[in-house]
Amino acid sequence: MSERVAVIGVGWSGYRPVSPELSYKELMYEAAVKAYADAGVDPRTEVDSFVSVAEDFIEGTSIFDEYVPDQLGAALKPVHTIPGDGLHGLATGVMLVKTGQAHVVAVEAHSKASNVLSLPEITAYAQDPVLNRPLKLNSEFIAGLEMHRYMHETGTSLEQCAAVAVKNKRNALNNPLAAYGANWILDDALNGPQLAWPLIKSQASDHADGAIVVVLASETRAKVLSDRPVWVLGAGWCNGAPSLESREWGTVPYITKAADMAYRQAGIDNPKEAIKFAEVDDTYAYKELMHLEALGLCGRGEAGSLTEEGMTKTDGKLPVNASGGSLGMGHLLDASGMSRALEVVLQLRGNAGDRQLAEVDIGLAQSWRGVPTTSGAVVILAN
Amino acid sequence: MGMRKVAVVGAGMTRFVRRALETPKELAWQATRMALNSCEMTLDDIDAVCMGTAPDAFDSVHMKGEYLSDGAGAWGKPYMRSYVGGGTGVFAPIQGWYHVASGMFDTCLVVCEEKMSSYFPHAQAAFNTIFDHTTERALLPNLLWIFALEMNRYMNAYGISKEDIARVAVKNKRNAADHPCALLGDPDITVDDVLNSELLAWPVNRLDVSPVSDGAVTIVLAAEEVAKRITDKPIWIQGVGWSLDTAYWANRDLAYPTYVEYAARMAYEMAGVKEPRKEINIVEPYDPFDYKECHHLEGLQLADKGGAPQLVADGVTLRTGNMPVCPSGGLLGVGNPIAAAGLMKVAELFWQLRGEAGARQVPGQPKRGLAQAWGDLMQVGTVVIMGTEPGGEVAR
Amino acid sequence: MTSKIKNFPGTPLSESDFTEGKVLSIHDEMRPQFAWDTGIGIGSYLAALKEGYLLGSHCKTCEKTVIPPRTVCEWCFDPMDSYVRLEDTGTINTFSLCYVTWDVQRITEPELPAVIEIDGASPLHGILHKLGEVKPEDIHIGMKVQAVWKPAEEREGAITDILYFKPIKEAGS
Repeated sequence: MSERVAVIGVGWSGYRPVSPELSYKELMYEAAVKAYADAGVDPRTEVDSFVSVAEDFIEGTSIFDEYVPDQLGAALKPVHTIPGDGLHGLATGVMLVKTGQAHVVAVEAHSKASNVLSLPEITAYAQDPVLNRPLKLNSEFIAGLEMHRYMHETGTSLEQCAAVAVKNKRNALNNPLAAYGANWILDDALNGPQLAWPLIKSQASDHADGAIVVVLASETRAKVLSDRPVWVLGAGWCNGAPSLESREWGTVPYITKAADMAYRQAGIDNPKEAIKFAEVDDTYAYKELMHLEALGLCGRGEAGSLTEEGMTKTDGKLPVNASGGSLGMGHLLDASGMSRALEVVLQLRGNAGDRQLAEVDIGLAQSWRGVPTTSGAVVILAN
Repeated sequence: MGMRKVAVVGAGMTRFVRRALETPKELAWQATRMALNSCEMTLDDIDAVCMGTAPDAFDSVHMKGEYLSDGAGAWGKPYMRSYVGGGTGVFAPIQGWYHVASGMFDTCLVVCEEKMSSYFPHAQAAFNTIFDHTTERALLPNLLWIFALEMNRYMNAYGISKEDIARVAVKNKRNAADHPCALLGDPDITVDDVLNSELLAWPVNRLDVSPVSDGAVTIVLAAEEVAKRITDKPIWIQGVGWSLDTAYWANRDLAYPTYVEYAARMAYEMAGVKEPRKEINIVEPYDPFDYKECHHLEGLQLADKGGAPQLVADGVTLRTGNMPVCPSGGLLGVGNPIAAAGLMKVAELFWQLRGEAGARQVPGQPKRGLAQAWGDLMQVGTVVIMGTEPGGEVAR
Repeated sequence: MTSKIKNFPGTPLSESDFTEGKVLSIHDEMRPQFAWDTGIGIGSYLAALKEGYLLGSHCKTCEKTVIPPRTVCEWCFDPMDSYVRLEDTGTINTFSLCYVTWDVQRITEPELPAVIEIDGASPLHGILHKLGEVKPEDIHIGMKVQAVWKPAEEREGAITDILYFKPIKEAGS
């Protein structure tokens, strides 16, 4: 109990708009082999427990955890699935280690979004089956409603949202993992087809395929196995109102609660000072702004102007989504949060190549499960 | 450093019915409210919520865990759903256990809900999608196939007869006659009734199978120091174990559930149980089909390989026998709302070990019980061991 | 405290509650669509089925030949890159006579699912398929069977390129 937990290995496959040469199992295997090699562990003898994150309707398979163990080296081992985001999976791994019953845990998340031909319809089936779904609205109307109310309450402008998209698309150009990097100017992010006014398509992320595996270890094991462990200082998660009828549209209190939980574990009183860089959810450009405010990394209504002023650029005071985020890397469905934790680990280790941030020692990754959910998680990592 | 001890302090359940008026959220709420009332707690006392529910395909609700969250009392709380197919009902309490044992939370709700009746015309069709989409689904398999294939292999390997196995269904449906929530309790059922029921998929007859149902079960978990404030009869989680075998189910021997053995050994080690046949007083193994109870008793090391049917024939597994098995009535008798049915077994141990099981009470003041579930492609075992004393070994 | 509780929540409905309109319900049909990438292992398997043979893969470390082929051995976690052409004959490991279809329609002539251990693969390594050209009462565990293929021009690279497995006449029978 309460032993510290470290990330001792990471591996990934992708990210690409399509990946026809690999089955989902082979995609996961590629990420797993890299992660175990990075951690220096044999999954058959040295990993005590395995966690995967997946949702049945995304996989097109009921009880998807059936198809998880083989390619992770987890057959006849403790394996379970969390139908949540990758950061929920990481938090689960942290809990397993903290019980003292598991010492090394592998956590996997993946996306084969290209294989889902009817993703909007499947997302519609996450709406309330009686109250909302019969209206037959594309689920992105929910993002439109939220974006409008957020802009109304905070005075955030469409241009400020566009600045997020431009920054993230450009950041992605320096990230070899990113599938959607582009040398955009503001006009690129302000024009194009509408999705659900005021949300336009250029401010919404496109999907990508990929897989990520992270190996966690107890402090005792980490010190033996790794010469550069990255410590999990805190992990928090929270659900808000699931129904559209009872949620607050202009704020995301569940992200604030998740962050408070993580900050409390990490002993952080002043996140603006403590957090050196952040990878936050930007499924839609406005969400990055909303999330930065909910995380307490800037004041309410300030994120838009601070973004315009360059605070969140890679050379700014608080680099946000140096990876390119979901807008630049591609949205990895429930692996999205995991791709952000991976980026934080690479940055902290100094392995981020052309996008390496200078002198960072503590970073934050945050996820949101997308419309129509009010579900998110926060992980804080440090050298 | 010693492991943080975790206790069950409250439990609640709905009736298991063929088709419930209540929505999935309402079923979850009813069981949760009853569980909180049973230990005089409110949602304000709850730090986190864990959800167990089986395939989204039953409800055709994508991200069903998110949909159920407010019914489960998770609004504004840390909330996660865990998932191992049919094993989920006994995995969710393991998930609750690690929430509390990790030191992250002092109290945790574990809610399992299932509404199988929404699927039209029959929930079984949803099971087609559990098979491999490329190599198996095109053969149009149904869930009965894999049970029938496994049962036939088991009978053939050990020379077990249909009569031997039918006795399990008789015992459990009779036991269920004493359960106020049961769908299929029957005090007068006979072996002939089972053998003469409609043949579905030889060797499986209709009464060899548990019925699809709607229902929900909730338990409340608390850390040691909190549990002792809430109740003077906490029931301790002494050991947990789980194991998932390869997805290539046609590449293994179906006569023996190795994954159940591995899960059980993990739980026994944690609970400090060295001789399970002497130290486990009540068993609630997973019995969606009658032969599975035998199969699982063997995997749990509570019977020799091929020897479980003899224990049933000898009356050892009766409620009044030396090793009562499924005193609740099990899935065969109480019903099988998948995840809720697994958690019902854990709730049954809670009531039995507290001496509160009424007409179902096992005599002799049992000290320790084991609940087990199974799922996926004959692939996963989940085990929880509970007792009246904290027990358990210190962490490695 | 169950023994003290007399009234449990949960309200059962009957079919007439719906037919008589006492309870309202919403009918909806979900039509999710997928196109799963088959990748290297299963892609090779499907290509072989189209050609009219069964393909396995071999793990040099575990000395096992498995079917369907896969790119990683689940037991040693080494890559499996050696493919083996297997026989289209095998032995019934277990079988059932199933009187309900996948969507629970009653049928009078049973479907005959079986696990068939494939000749050339390691012991106990089989696939799920169906039996045909056999009376249900004649089927037994251990029976030798052979694949019956669709005509070459109708094969599309799917498990249904094999129609079913039929018994092989055993010597002296």
